[in-house]
Amino acid sequence: MNDLNLNSKTPTGDLHTAWTRHKDFLEKLSKEEANKYKIIIIGTGLAGASAAATLAEKGFNVDAFSYHESPRRAHSIAAQGGINAAKNYKHDGDSTMRLFYDTIKGGDFRSREENVYRLAETSVNIIDQCVAQGVPFAREYGGLLDNRSFGGVQVSRTFYARGQTGQQLLLGAYSALSRQLKTEKVRFFPRHDMLDVVLVDGKAKGVVTRNLLNGEIKAHQADAVILATGGYGNVYYLSTNAMASNVTANWRAHRKGALFANPSFTQIHPTCIPVKNNFQSKLTLMSESLRNDGRVWVPKQKNDKRKPNEIPEQERDYYLERIYPAFGNLVPRDVASRRAKEVCDNGQGVGPTGFAVYLDFKHVIQNKGEGYVREKYGNLFDMYQNIADENPYKTPMKIYPAVHYTMGGLWVDYNLMTTIPGLFSIGESNFSDHGANRLGASALMQGLADGYFIVPHTITDYLSKEKPGNQDTANSEVFKNAVNKTEKDINKIMNIKGDMVVDEIHRELGKVVWDKVGMSRNSRGLKEALDIIPKIKEKFWNNVFIPGSKNDYNQELEKALRLKDFIELAELMAFDALDRNESCGAHFREEFQTKENEAKRNDIEFMYVAAWKYNADGKPNLFKEDLKYKHVKLKTRSYK
Amino acid sequence: MNINLKIWRQKDKKDKGRFKAYKLQNIDPNISFLEMLDILNNRLIKEKLEPVAFDHDCREGICGSCGFMINGQPHGPQKATTVCQLHMRSFNDEDEILLEPFRANSFKVVKDLSVDRTAFDRIISSGGFVSVDTGKAEEANSTVIEKSNADEAFLSAACIGCGACVAACKNSSAMLFTAAKVSQFTLLPQGEPEQKERVQSMVATMDEEGFGACTNTGACSAECPKEISQENIARLNREFIKSQL
Repeated sequence: MNDLNLNSKTPTGDLHTAWTRHKDFLEKLSKEEANKYKIIIIGTGLAGASAAATLAEKGFNVDAFSYHESPRRAHSIAAQGGINAAKNYKHDGDSTMRLFYDTIKGGDFRSREENVYRLAETSVNIIDQCVAQGVPFAREYGGLLDNRSFGGVQVSRTFYARGQTGQQLLLGAYSALSRQLKTEKVRFFPRHDMLDVVLVDGKAKGVVTRNLLNGEIKAHQADAVILATGGYGNVYYLSTNAMASNVTANWRAHRKGALFANPSFTQIHPTCIPVKNNFQSKLTLMSESLRNDGRVWVPKQKNDKRKPNEIPEQERDYYLERIYPAFGNLVPRDVASRRAKEVCDNGQGVGPTGFAVYLDFKHVIQNKGEGYVREKYGNLFDMYQNIADENPYKTPMKIYPAVHYTMGGLWVDYNLMTTIPGLFSIGESNFSDHGANRLGASALMQGLADGYFIVPHTITDYLSKEKPGNQDTANSEVFKNAVNKTEKDINKIMNIKGDMVVDEIHRELGKVVWDKVGMSRNSRGLKEALDIIPKIKEKFWNNVFIPGSKNDYNQELEKALRLKDFIELAELMAFDALDRNESCGAHFREEFQTKENEAKRNDIEFMYVAAWKYNADGKPNLFKEDLKYKHVKLKTRSYK
Repeated sequence: MNINLKIWRQKDKKDKGRFKAYKLQNIDPNISFLEMLDILNNRLIKEKLEPVAFDHDCREGICGSCGFMINGQPHGPQKATTVCQLHMRSFNDEDEILLEPFRANSFKVVKDLSVDRTAFDRIISSGGFVSVDTGKAEEANSTVIEKSNADEAFLSAACIGCGACVAACKNSSAMLFTAAKVSQFTLLPQGEPEQKERVQSMVATMDEEGFGACTNTGACSAECPKEISQENIARLNREFIKSQL
């Protein structure tokens, strides 16, 4: 199956002017012309809401769908730490080039240069836009915007609003979207799941949705579709993602022919509150910004049961500072996570389970006072105290890595279009900018760059070549068939009438994916996963039980429809991880490491994006997009 | 610990609804309140019964999805805490716990403990924004904003739109919610040009949506999981009067 040519459409030539030159050649549409087109957007988090607002401003008609009751509930809201921008307000030598380089290096040389440069370039416009919207960023006493540092970099370029940056940015995008609801350029459909994408002559021309309140299955027509549906971290069952975050829209698009890129690149965030018991439903992140002032340590001695305050300085191992003197506690996420796992696997872990390390604020409190810490991290400390029932001002936090973000996603070209013409993917839902590891405070940046500043240009170019259509969705065969198929799928699940609860099966799946396709992987484990996952799939199709009716607000049915897709995705993740015989970024294959236990890349054989094509009858087909580095020198990441 | 739950069960908007009693035994006091409901639902599904519907998503106290009445209090007994951040250690062994949805004319029950709060979105879309098209913003640091104003605007903007204020109010007023948004823009120069129109149309929408009048009892702030202050309401009133001069 080599009928696909993965053309990334990246502009050639000078990197600094690439996006501007590319944009110049994109077709434009006047407001009057744009008014003839309709765009469907699935998901209204940062990426979706910002795209919906901007496209409506340009004159397009937008139908936006979300499974939430309001766009303000999207999981973007939970991002704590901040958003990067190369403003160089601190005069510490920051620049677009430097943000670009940090992101490429942080991603362990597995992302596209042109995309990442554009992201860095756009970052400054995002801050301007958000400030103009009234986003209350933190400010210095002089009234100018404040910045802080984040992991993996040595400059201060992160803009923030206490520990609630995602909330404030999302509310900004939501307000811009709300303004368009008033003009009726955007219609918002709350509590709708997208269950299929409809293709007409191979192009995305609509979707099938389920109204979560009454179960109604309906087709909607449009001239193009944007998926802004976030990440798939919940494949692991336990993650820092919101409970409903899922892969369904992306997976349905994948089944229809959209390639899925680098599915095994999943980020495990180093600073989360450890798992406590079997009833745990989700994990809570403690912002990475805490590593600016907190110091990570474990007892030098194994199985040390003393209280943290009883362990003298010389018996503590500040392992990140020891191994990485240059970056210390601010090494990138993948490195910090893996080292935490390593010390815990070595018996130095703390807490009741032994799967936790300390994040200690004693020194900063001694030096700068409790007030300083409260001002900077107050809400995070409160949150920790509430969940862990311990006062982090007095005793160190206990943290452990948890699944947080997925770098993988739908393959898109430079225009953010998937391999299905007319189907775009933006924000965390695509694979585009973070390579094998995302740097902190870059997810918000990418979501808003895609939504405000990139896709509005590229989709206009696509639409300018399309005749605005008015498909009769009720009568057209293709839409009718799509609705029928979706209804049939739902009936099938309702009729299994087994005796297992959806969550039970999901937990089982999560454990396999966490153990074998998690923080570190090896070929034996991955093969085992490929053996077990089909059995879980069988269990689902034979044993799941959905109570109630399909024509009702049925939260179990929603979960089952999502789990069914997670199971299939899990298999693809294992395939991808097994196929990539190297370690890079978050993808750590135990067979491929340096003497110092760092990831060992293989640039000769694996410097490509692995884009997978769905194959209903068996193993997925791999397509490779070779990566070229013309503006940065490939090197082994070092944070020492 | 053992607990005795009484939960409002209502199939849909049209159903009249009723309380049903459930007993849970050997609950770990360290689990969250919603995890306790997960356990109950797991049991109900095993018994081939319908689980209790409730809204929740981030389970970190920021998305504003969760929220219902626990023993007559929105989000339960712990101050400045959403239901998802409440833990069973806040209750005693053998406690009776009464759960019912937020009650307000403008929040229709969707099912069991889940209500429709889209009226809040309509209040925001009537004026809770600054009209600035993408790409038309000036350089961010060309506007200097006094830190104390920026900080205060942040505190107003921290509202999560959960609806506890409405549920706590004897008049089901949405004043605190509306005032928090109006305040954020009052405190920032960006909000200035549209201020008059904003406050008038947001207040008008609030009334159209059937929310009651504010009589300044302060119940809203007392129950607000984000401790949005009453000062916001004073500020809205001031701005509203100013807008009519």
